Amino acid sequence: MRKSGGGRMWSLRFGRSIRGSPSGGASHWGGLSPGSRFTQAAAGGSDGRQEAAGDPRRRGRVYQNPTWQHVEQRPLPEKKVTVEVLDHLERLALVDFRNWEGVQRLEKAIQFADQLHAVNTEGVEPMDSVLEDRCLYLREDNITEGNCTEELLRNARETVEEYFIAPPGNIPLPKLEERDTFLQVSE
Amino acid sequence: MAASILRRSLLIPRCRAGDVAALHSGPSRRRAQAPEPIASGRRAGNCPAGERGVAPWVAVVGLEIHAQISSNSKLFSGSQVQFAAPPNSLVSFFDASLPGTLPALNRRCVEAAVMTGLALNCSINKKSLFDRKHYFYADLPAGYQITQQRLPVAVNGSLSYSLCVGGKKNQMVTRTVRIKQIQLEQDSGKSLHDDIRSQTLIDLNRAGVGLMEVVMEPDMSSGEEAAAAVRELQLILQTLGSSQAIMAEGQLRVDANVSVHHPGEAYGVRTEVKNINSARFLARAIDYEIQRQIKELENGGTVMNETRAFDYKLGCTIPMRDKEGKQDYRFMPEPNLPPLILYDTKSLPANTNHQQVVNIDWIRERLPDLPSVRRVKLVEQYGILPEHSFTLLNEDGLMEFFENVVRQTQMNPKKVIGWILNDMLGYLKQYNLKVKESPVSSLFLADLLNLLERGTISSSAANQLQVVPSAPSGSCPPVLLLLEPSLLLPTKPRNMPAASRSSVGPGQAGSLR
Repeated sequence: MRKSGGGRMWSLRFGRSIRGSPSGGASHWGGLSPGSRFTQAAAGGSDGRQEAAGDPRRRGRVYQNPTWQHVEQRPLPEKKVTVEVLDHLERLALVDFRNWEGVQRLEKAIQFADQLHAVNTEGVEPMDSVLEDRCLYLREDNITEGNCTEELLRNARETVEEYFIAPPGNIPLPKLEERDTFLQVSE
Repeated sequence: MAASILRRSLLIPRCRAGDVAALHSGPSRRRAQAPEPIASGRRAGNCPAGERGVAPWVAVVGLEIHAQISSNSKLFSGSQVQFAAPPNSLVSFFDASLPGTLPALNRRCVEAAVMTGLALNCSINKKSLFDRKHYFYADLPAGYQITQQRLPVAVNGSLSYSLCVGGKKNQMVTRTVRIKQIQLEQDSGKSLHDDIRSQTLIDLNRAGVGLMEVVMEPDMSSGEEAAAAVRELQLILQTLGSSQAIMAEGQLRVDANVSVHHPGEAYGVRTEVKNINSARFLARAIDYEIQRQIKELENGGTVMNETRAFDYKLGCTIPMRDKEGKQDYRFMPEPNLPPLILYDTKSLPANTNHQQVVNIDWIRERLPDLPSVRRVKLVEQYGILPEHSFTLLNEDGLMEFFENVVRQTQMNPKKVIGWILNDMLGYLKQYNLKVKESPVSSLFLADLLNLLERGTISSSAANQLQVVPSAPSGSCPPVLLLLEPSLLLPTKPRNMPAASRSSVGPGQAGSLR
């Protein structure tokens, strides 16, 4: 979906995806699974999509002329991220926003993703991965790896008798009041 | 007056066990279930000093059990699964979370999870999804654990277990606990804390091993029930072969969620008890935690939603220092794994690779007899009591021993069972031996019982025959080893008085050489 500047929003409707040959070589994606969404007729959607699904000549081809549909852009709420949320994020994910510019970048990213709210997703299952219609490859229960202790330990700065060394337990980030961070300025 | 209040509060039906996750994490709130102003108005904090609470306490125990899947290789990588091995020798690049590695699901682990789900009467989800559960700890090199939170492999099952109730513990009742879900997940590595040098040593041999997490609904109310349920699950897993479930080796780990409340009121705050590594300690840990919470609430305090560890030496639970309040695991779908699709004979598509397909019906046909079925068969076949068959299956190898003895002796199985359970088992327990380590073989015991049946020896003499543990295990038949002629009775008709079963003791005369 393309983001045009300012005013109007466009949504691009595809006819069918290209179902080319699966990539060769070692891959843990199997072939297309029988119940994939692209083998069934698309539920809902525009007339254009249904035409392509039923028409045998068009099966497996991308539309030559993409059909654009104008979507009215509802005014998106300008969300501000609160200091509590930022502190929570820093503590959880151990990210460092460093300064307000970092926070603004985060807010812009949220706004960009919020555009999805303008799309009508009624009757469409949420997608986790573009490869959801692939088969999950099941590996046989054989021992094929391991015994590379030396190689792995070379990655660590400190080791003791073939063990990795870590600090004694998690050291939680100090509380907001006790920390030296730009977030305190707003307090 | 007080008695009538008590009677009325007991008549209020107990709250229906709900979702574990739905238990409150705040202080105990009360919902007025019935117009009982005095009984429900009793706040923990309003108890005047010295007055004991009249309303009884009910404990709610929910278990989360992690069972290590018995397989050759790990869940998502091809490294070996072995208990004791040189540190970090069974680790692949994926287990060490080196960049560029991807998970590849082990077929045996999926079959084990489906087997366990079928044995616990669960409905198997034909489509299940994998998620990432994020938290930071040194033994989790990736920073996340691949688990199944949204859609696990099996849901909505039940587990029936028996326990002895009553004053003399001789009445067997059957209880059921609902299974919320069974999911596949990765194990984390092992961390050894070195407090002297203030560091932790990390061994990743266990990282990535497949686990089945069995989440039970909070249907239990005591440590004893929880221990019985865990024991039954252990027997089921061992019978199926999906897990060896040896708690001592960490193959079966139990976390208990414990809370207390008055009947008719809302659930109390729950605490999680971890670090329980044997079935014996499980009951003690849960009972201690229940008592601690009751004491805390009766003294006007509150129970905090925290994680506690069980210290088996002190026999008490202590707060764990590493937990930083309520964790937010930021669950997200695992992008490297498409959904896991399972088939049954109806939905199996034609011309598929058998190696890539897990057929639920195929697995269901090959399920072995579960312990509950085996107990019923023992009762029917030998005419023994259900309590007896319960003990037979509870001890590892005892059932086979019993069947071997019955096969080789003319004595009625109903009498044999007495000898097995009272004398043999008592003797083994006294010397802390397992059935496999018993110096008395089934052949030996069968011969002994034959002598008893024929009237060659009296039962009291048979009781006095005592085997020193260091003796070679039942190598010679007892006929050669009977020393004192006085033990031999003149051949008499078979109308001997009923034998008094006294367990074999070390101080009795007539030791066997």
